[in-house]
Amino acid sequence: MVSDTQHKTGGNSALPPVLRLSSINKRFGAVHANKDVSLEVSAGTVHGIVGENGAGKSTLVSILYAFYTADSGQIYISGQQQQFKSSADAIRAGIGMVHQHFMLVPNFTVLENIVLGHESSGNLASSKIKAAGELATLAKKYGLEVDLDAVVQDLPVGLQQRVEILKALYRGAQILILDEPTGVLTPQETEQLFEILKALRAQGVTILLITHKLKEIMAITDAVSVMRGGEMVAHLATQDTSPRQLAELMVGRPVLLDVGYSPPTPTDICLKADNISLTQSGTTKLDGLSFSLRSGEILGIAGVSGNGQSELLEILSGIRPPSSGTLSINGHEIGADNPAGPSEIKALGVAHVPEDRHAMGLVLPFSAAESAVLGYEDDARLGSAAYFAPEALHSHCAQLMAEFDVRPASPELKSNLFSGGNQQKLVLAREISSAPKILLVGQPTRGVDIGAIEFIHKQLLSLRDKGCAIILVSVELDEILSLSDRVMVMNAGQNMGIIDRADATIQTVGLMMAGVVDSDVEARR
Amino acid sequence: MADLWLQFVLTIDATIRVATPLMLCAMAGLFSERSGIIDISLEGKMLLAAFAAASVAALTGSPWLALAGGILISLLFSLVHGFACITHKGNQVISGLAINILASGLTVTIGIAIFAQGGQTPFLSSDQRFSSITLPFAQAAGSIPIIGTIYKEILSGHNLLVWLAFVAVGLTSLIVFRTSFGLRLRAVGEKPEAVDSAGISVVAMRYQAVMIAGILCGIAGAYLSVAHGAGFVREMTAGKGYIALAAMIFGNWRPLPAMMACLMFGFLDALAARLQGVSLPMIGEVPTDLILVLPYVLTVVLLAGFIGKSTPPLAIGTPYIKER
Repeated sequence: MVSDTQHKTGGNSALPPVLRLSSINKRFGAVHANKDVSLEVSAGTVHGIVGENGAGKSTLVSILYAFYTADSGQIYISGQQQQFKSSADAIRAGIGMVHQHFMLVPNFTVLENIVLGHESSGNLASSKIKAAGELATLAKKYGLEVDLDAVVQDLPVGLQQRVEILKALYRGAQILILDEPTGVLTPQETEQLFEILKALRAQGVTILLITHKLKEIMAITDAVSVMRGGEMVAHLATQDTSPRQLAELMVGRPVLLDVGYSPPTPTDICLKADNISLTQSGTTKLDGLSFSLRSGEILGIAGVSGNGQSELLEILSGIRPPSSGTLSINGHEIGADNPAGPSEIKALGVAHVPEDRHAMGLVLPFSAAESAVLGYEDDARLGSAAYFAPEALHSHCAQLMAEFDVRPASPELKSNLFSGGNQQKLVLAREISSAPKILLVGQPTRGVDIGAIEFIHKQLLSLRDKGCAIILVSVELDEILSLSDRVMVMNAGQNMGIIDRADATIQTVGLMMAGVVDSDVEARR
Repeated sequence: MADLWLQFVLTIDATIRVATPLMLCAMAGLFSERSGIIDISLEGKMLLAAFAAASVAALTGSPWLALAGGILISLLFSLVHGFACITHKGNQVISGLAINILASGLTVTIGIAIFAQGGQTPFLSSDQRFSSITLPFAQAAGSIPIIGTIYKEILSGHNLLVWLAFVAVGLTSLIVFRTSFGLRLRAVGEKPEAVDSAGISVVAMRYQAVMIAGILCGIAGAYLSVAHGAGFVREMTAGKGYIALAAMIFGNWRPLPAMMACLMFGFLDALAARLQGVSLPMIGEVPTDLILVLPYVLTVVLLAGFIGKSTPPLAIGTPYIKER
């Protein structure tokens, strides 16, 4: 299944590639996670590996870092075949890994985290002093300044990542693997990370970047390999490819990167928030939010994560009451004095796709059929209120799975065995099937693969066209801008302004997210 | 006045004796729990060690062999705990509980089988036990007020294992906070994945930690039956393992505060013993039972979190399973 676009990367054929994987195979039970995967990476390049969730990227790098051993296949570093028994061997061979979830001890200092496992002697103090000296040199060489005595948990995420990189370099990494490094970073931190990666490349470090974000592949890599269904389907030079081609290779069929937005036909106001505030243990989470929502429109809520969007969703869905202010949903007044719980709000025609599908959207150990009725246990379709007919649960779920293309379409499978995209489709199917008048959606495509993103976006637009009002909360600015009819920007719990789609450029919204209010916008507030 | 002073000094002396097994056990628990393994089997291991040591002493007459026997049996059961919790990722509390129940039954059963004295071991003579070490000039110094009394009554006259307990606290502090091994130990209890990704075996680290715990519990057990006491009596640990655990938690998983907590528990215990039958001004005679229950009440109060906030190692109680 190797595409005809395959060709070797790296121009210099005289030197062996710094890293070569040959016919790697790995099975987990029935799942063939890596099928005959081969890869060549040239020294001093940034090499991207893209693929959807479950394509086998993580398995591949875990084999490279010797977290797993391959069932068959060889690893060559600078032409030398390697036999890794543990991560310690991989580290010795010059491989460093920056995990998606940082491998840092939160209550240790930066220095302690870096020397951990690579102490120069049994005496901790002298090990630290020796390491501090070497780190100063490294930090200067690569532009990785960080306070060695800071406690890791006090550092922002971007700096913690820097510690991870420094740790890998301290252990002598010449090949640095970064697994989804930008997932937790703000746009500015991502920018800084890329500057660091460029500096590393200039110093001869080879970087293997694992990501699902095509934008990043285009921005930073020299070459890119695409994985799909456990196989390598293409090796390309970045300059010869396009996001569209990569997306097609990842999914295996043409992908609409443009969701096909059409102008809305909004009707009556169905939800009105008036001066909503929320104070939680002394801190103001929401500060006088007012806005209204019409049937048949999508109101996107943009903002850097943690600026009150989550709390707003919780108030709108009835999970918690506001401290002050009133909410009017389809004519019903809700406020601090007359709160309404989630079931009452649901009865008003509001459905909620929560931000965290693992914690709030699904019960992971439940079967898909059970997860597919959560919150709708009283639905007449499932039989009497006191007793669920197993067949009714099963057929209800099977129907949702068919409509929303949930794969595998097995209602008895446990919820946690579905991929992120399929879990999200299941939650969305459950909520949309209740025919809501208002749909609250939080981070609909977080951790979701491209194929599923396309599907989910289309579903949201078609729901809007049927007259549903949608509030879309997302930290992915691209998602907000491509789906929303109007955009509300939140900063520190405040409404920074609501702007029409036509005015909502990345620059404008980006500034508002940072708390800068344009006078034009102010006037329209 | 002089009499009251002497009473106080004697109480402090008793405090040290009572606190010795607590300190050893608290350090044992500290090693284990800093590595992420909950160890409620301190009690059981100490009981087994006390029995083994007394048996060996009775059979061979050597306190040194007795100490080795106590350490060996405790070490063995720490490996059982490790096998259940580390290798098989079992529930750490259940495993500890199982060891405690086993210890309580096994010591008596084997004791009856060997010695036929209702589960006790024979009385040990002084040359079968660790004897008190009288420091030089202790008798002469006794006549010097205050300093002399402290020297004679508090510092002198303890057996070797008492001194070993204090050494253990110092060494624990040194190892945990000043060595590379200690850094790895703490890391493995906080975030084992970080240790694993640094190329160090989480399993090996945790086994080393529970084995150190086993050795220290063994010393504590031997102290009870062949140093402080003169033979094994059924259930002779009487909850000291749990109190040590409480002291360690109260000490926030740090050696010196944990030692202070042990000494405080020891002081209450010693005080309780002295207050029995004594008529106190204003209060009158305090019922013995009420005084004896004091250390345990304090344990409950401390563990209920009334005093201070404890911050356990993050990964405590969770078996390490490599992602996917």
